[in-house]
Amino acid sequence: METLVSILAAAVRSGTPILYATLGEILTEKCGVMNLGLEGIMLMGAFSGFFVSLSTGNPWLGLAAAFGVGMCLGLIHAFISVSLGGNQVVCGLAMTMFGGGASALMGRGCIGMTIRGIDGFSIPWFSELPLVGRVFFSQDVMVYASYALVVVLYCFFTATRPGMNLRAVGENPKAADAMGLPVARIRYLYTVLGAGLVALGGAYISVIYNRFWAESMTAGRGWIAVAMVIFAVWNPFQAALGAYLFGGVEAFQLRLQAAGTSVPTPLLMMLPYVMTILVLLFISIGKGRRVSLSAPAALGAPFHREERE
Amino acid sequence: MKLRAEKRIDSPAWMTVVVTLASVCLAFVAGGVFLYLQGVSPLTAYRMILRSAFGSVYDLSETAVRALPLATVSLAVMLCFTMLIWNIGAEGQAFIGALTAAAVVRYFPMEDRLAMLSLMALAAAVAGGFWAGVAGVLKAKWNVSEIISTLMLNYIAIRLLEHFVYGPWRDPSSLGFPMTRPFIPQARLPQLWGTRIHMGLYGLLILSAFMWLALKKTRWGYEIRIMGSNARAAHYAGMNYARSVVLVMFLSGAIAGIAGMCEVSGLQGRLQAGFSAQYGYTAIIVAWLSHLNPPLSLLVAFLIGALLVGGEALQIGMGLPLASVQILQGLILFFVLGGEFFYNYRVRLDFGRPGFGGER
Amino acid sequence: MDEGKKSTPLVEMRGITKRFSGVTANSDVNFSVEAGEVHALLGEHGAGKSTLMNVLYGLYAPDGGRIFVAGRPVTFRSPRDAIAAGIGMVHQNFMLVQTLTVWENMILGLKGTPFVLPGKKIQNRIAGISEQYGLEIDPRAAVWQLSTGERQRVAILQMLYRNARVLILDEPTAVLTHQEAGRLFRTIRRMTEEGHGVVFISHKMNEVMNETRRVTVLRGGKNAGAAMTAETTGEALAEMMMGRKVPLDLYRKPMRAGPAVFEADDLRALNDRGLDAVGGLSFHLRQNEILGVAGIAGNGQRELCEALVGLRALTGGTVRMGGANLTNASPRRFVDRGVRYIPGDRRGVGMAPGMDISSNAILRRYWSKPVASGAFIDWKRSEKLSRQIIRDFNVSAPSPRTPVRNLSGGNLQKFLMGRELSDSPKVVIVMHPTWGLDVAATRYVREQLLAQREAGAAILLISEDLDELLALSDRLAVLYRGRFMGILAEPEGVPPEKIGLMMAGTWISEALKDSAPENGSAKEAAS
Repeated sequence: METLVSILAAAVRSGTPILYATLGEILTEKCGVMNLGLEGIMLMGAFSGFFVSLSTGNPWLGLAAAFGVGMCLGLIHAFISVSLGGNQVVCGLAMTMFGGGASALMGRGCIGMTIRGIDGFSIPWFSELPLVGRVFFSQDVMVYASYALVVVLYCFFTATRPGMNLRAVGENPKAADAMGLPVARIRYLYTVLGAGLVALGGAYISVIYNRFWAESMTAGRGWIAVAMVIFAVWNPFQAALGAYLFGGVEAFQLRLQAAGTSVPTPLLMMLPYVMTILVLLFISIGKGRRVSLSAPAALGAPFHREERE
Repeated sequence: MKLRAEKRIDSPAWMTVVVTLASVCLAFVAGGVFLYLQGVSPLTAYRMILRSAFGSVYDLSETAVRALPLATVSLAVMLCFTMLIWNIGAEGQAFIGALTAAAVVRYFPMEDRLAMLSLMALAAAVAGGFWAGVAGVLKAKWNVSEIISTLMLNYIAIRLLEHFVYGPWRDPSSLGFPMTRPFIPQARLPQLWGTRIHMGLYGLLILSAFMWLALKKTRWGYEIRIMGSNARAAHYAGMNYARSVVLVMFLSGAIAGIAGMCEVSGLQGRLQAGFSAQYGYTAIIVAWLSHLNPPLSLLVAFLIGALLVGGEALQIGMGLPLASVQILQGLILFFVLGGEFFYNYRVRLDFGRPGFGGER
Repeated sequence: MDEGKKSTPLVEMRGITKRFSGVTANSDVNFSVEAGEVHALLGEHGAGKSTLMNVLYGLYAPDGGRIFVAGRPVTFRSPRDAIAAGIGMVHQNFMLVQTLTVWENMILGLKGTPFVLPGKKIQNRIAGISEQYGLEIDPRAAVWQLSTGERQRVAILQMLYRNARVLILDEPTAVLTHQEAGRLFRTIRRMTEEGHGVVFISHKMNEVMNETRRVTVLRGGKNAGAAMTAETTGEALAEMMMGRKVPLDLYRKPMRAGPAVFEADDLRALNDRGLDAVGGLSFHLRQNEILGVAGIAGNGQRELCEALVGLRALTGGTVRMGGANLTNASPRRFVDRGVRYIPGDRRGVGMAPGMDISSNAILRRYWSKPVASGAFIDWKRSEKLSRQIIRDFNVSAPSPRTPVRNLSGGNLQKFLMGRELSDSPKVVIVMHPTWGLDVAATRYVREQLLAQREAGAAILLISEDLDELLALSDRLAVLYRGRFMGILAEPEGVPPEKIGLMMAGTWISEALKDSAPENGSAKEAAS
């Protein structure tokens, strides 16, 4: 029981960076832009978060800086894919390389240093609930914030005016444009904001989770997040489920390694990827209208008004 | 006053060349600024990259060693991109190829070198092809996004390889390094001219010529290009899209698989974790920069290979992280992508009258 | 407010010019709408009607000219500005977001909607407007669940919801059944009674004559004339539209139809959504004969064509050619047997626009000799072939290396016709051949079809243009919901109203009950 609780709590913690990145990408993809550069953006977020925390001694500033850097990178992606209509797949790859390289170069002086980070605290009353309390409510503030973010995003998409506009732009930009929505501006906004969240996910790793900087420390979590978006069929709640599932496998595997068992952990680490493919397959086969309709129809397609067919 | 973009009616061929070259130059300028801000002299760094990649015959050969897998894998992805299939899983397909080749060496060692190598290549091609073909079938049958499926298959392939080199196949005398025992000599591709360039070079040259011929001159290549241009027109012409997706993915994976096999058999002589320096992803840059032209991709691969060699030189000579050159790779792609706008659109300043420029 | 000052129109456009990468779509066009009137904007496809209205709706920025709303000059940077000025447009293929509900579509892009969407309040307001104008709809349904007619109601509601004073309806009846159209006109009358101005884009003469107060005619992107509807005639308007005396002075040589070469029996096929689209069609095509197929868009025309050339699986019935059974044969077997298909969507289906003329010239014959030689393609021959097409079919193109994307609409169609018709085909299936073409190209295309007829081809011509069908067809079938309401053996003698009735779903026996008995082709009606 004790082990189970601690593994579950660890699952939530290690799932949190993926959750931020997934939520960020959901926000971006919902408006019709596909950003495959999450890995690079997360790394830049991780580095800038750590660097600012280290030099100012204030981890909050670090998180803010990461968010800002993420937004700048999102701006690059938005400029190339929205304004210039460049290929979004290739642009995402470029972002991955750029982010990986730039964070490695800039972070070369930070290797081996540690910061104080942000300590966790238990939420009174909630943390005393059996099982759930220890797993979900004895964490740190960024984890709590991610819960709120899931709920906020869900409500934002389903019940608010800008959320609806966002969905319209991702679904049928031509119609949205004809109804007077500023398609480009909306796509810019959410690509930038989404990238900010992604970077925050990276910063969580360096500022709160590990509290040190290492080259390519995100270790593929950005790509996982790309897959998690589909796993979650663009639904924030399912994104949380997916992220924690992945975090759970990771935590479980760490535990196994520590215990020195002989279960081949690489095979275990495959599970989330296999699962993602299966989910993807399931979505595509089960033409259950409700599910397939949740994919933004105009995802990855640039939009320019004056082109006539 | 406003910026205004109009679609070009005609974009001359020289324009493509000029814009691409200008984009690459700009990328180096931007990268230079970046390096400068990081306290690294861009001139010193660029000179070091140039010297390390092209400084001597040996340097050139080392550049070619990097270019070999890059060019091979770029041919693999090019095939898919021509048909507008986004195979970004060449990395995983190469891993599977290498893994299978190593399995063949381990379980079916042979006396005859030719037989050994042929079997390895065949196994690598089939396995790599299968790995990509899975994604192809998913795409053809259920329209599963190949971007995600190939990406996921990358990670599965990497973990699979890790499983073997950390586990059952680990060389007991490797002091704990995740690698297999060295291959038997029969399983090594011969190296040429006393350099580390291996026989795979001949294969690559033949493959790229063959690919050019296939894409430009044959009915099959024509079909692929039509399908990449307009899938509905392809249907109208009676082409079978689903079957072609699977076939093209299989071939692409097979080429990538052979690239992986060549890398372990020709260069490293054993299977080890992380044997590929992300060639699968870098090859996408090569394919894109060479505008999906097989012979041109050889040249581009050589230049990108120079960057990779340069990265190592920067690491040794200036103490910079190996990944630093990825900044340049990323920037080159950014600028080339951005540059494409300028040969598709004519941008002009518009005075007075209302108008809108693209979507800005 | 504006009704009082009769002199100031709700909207006035003066000297509008709009160019698209070199092509002038509108040149110095004037247009205005007054309160309480239906103003028809008439013109052939490609005359610049939609462009002009897209300028008025803020979608396109004009290269010249001014727009005045209630007498004040305005500049529209986007539809948002136009909507704010009280202008609404209902596009032909409705600008609706399928995954959103009806009520969500109402408020899309609307200024002043609260941050948190007040669903109930909006639904109540929709109910109010629905009742006022007779536009019933369930506000909570998702748009993808609705029929075409319902979607149009949503699109109109959308504009009324944002208090549009001027409504632009872009060919609203093209997608409607007869009953639905009648219902639409009742709604339009209510709107004008409420003081709205309505722009009615159409090329259907009877609708224009019956339902509008004023008419403006565009031809080749320019004003070709304007009149009060009551003071003009259909013939006069048609003349303004075409620029010369109508009907089309095409000479269709009297010919005796040859033997049947292509037979379809009880043909059935589904549409892309898996619903019945072709529901049991039987007919034959004969040499030296054009069989026209009339019908309102979306009654199974495309599915019929595709089923006839092997591009769509048959769910029932047979296709035979001579002695050969071609039921569910591959598209290539149809081509090899001499069946040619000119699709309606020429850019989207007929061509690979990014590739050059040479590559497109061999699209439907690259697998057979002489273009194919073994596994290879003889590019010299294909270049020769494309030069030949360019020359024989008057395609204006710099060279066979020119990307097809750069051809104008007329040239593209000539090239497409050339590709399909240059090797004396036996059967030609052709859909909307003159859609969107200028007068000269239209004429050229029609002449080519007649030339094929004289050369011995059996032709199936699907069109929405009744005049075209009457001018070209030897026999005329009327398609309604995937079935033939009947096949007229001598369509010239049948009054267009009767054909209209059949297009709205009346069987031939019913439609021709009180007309000349000698047109006894009722027995040919498919049942």
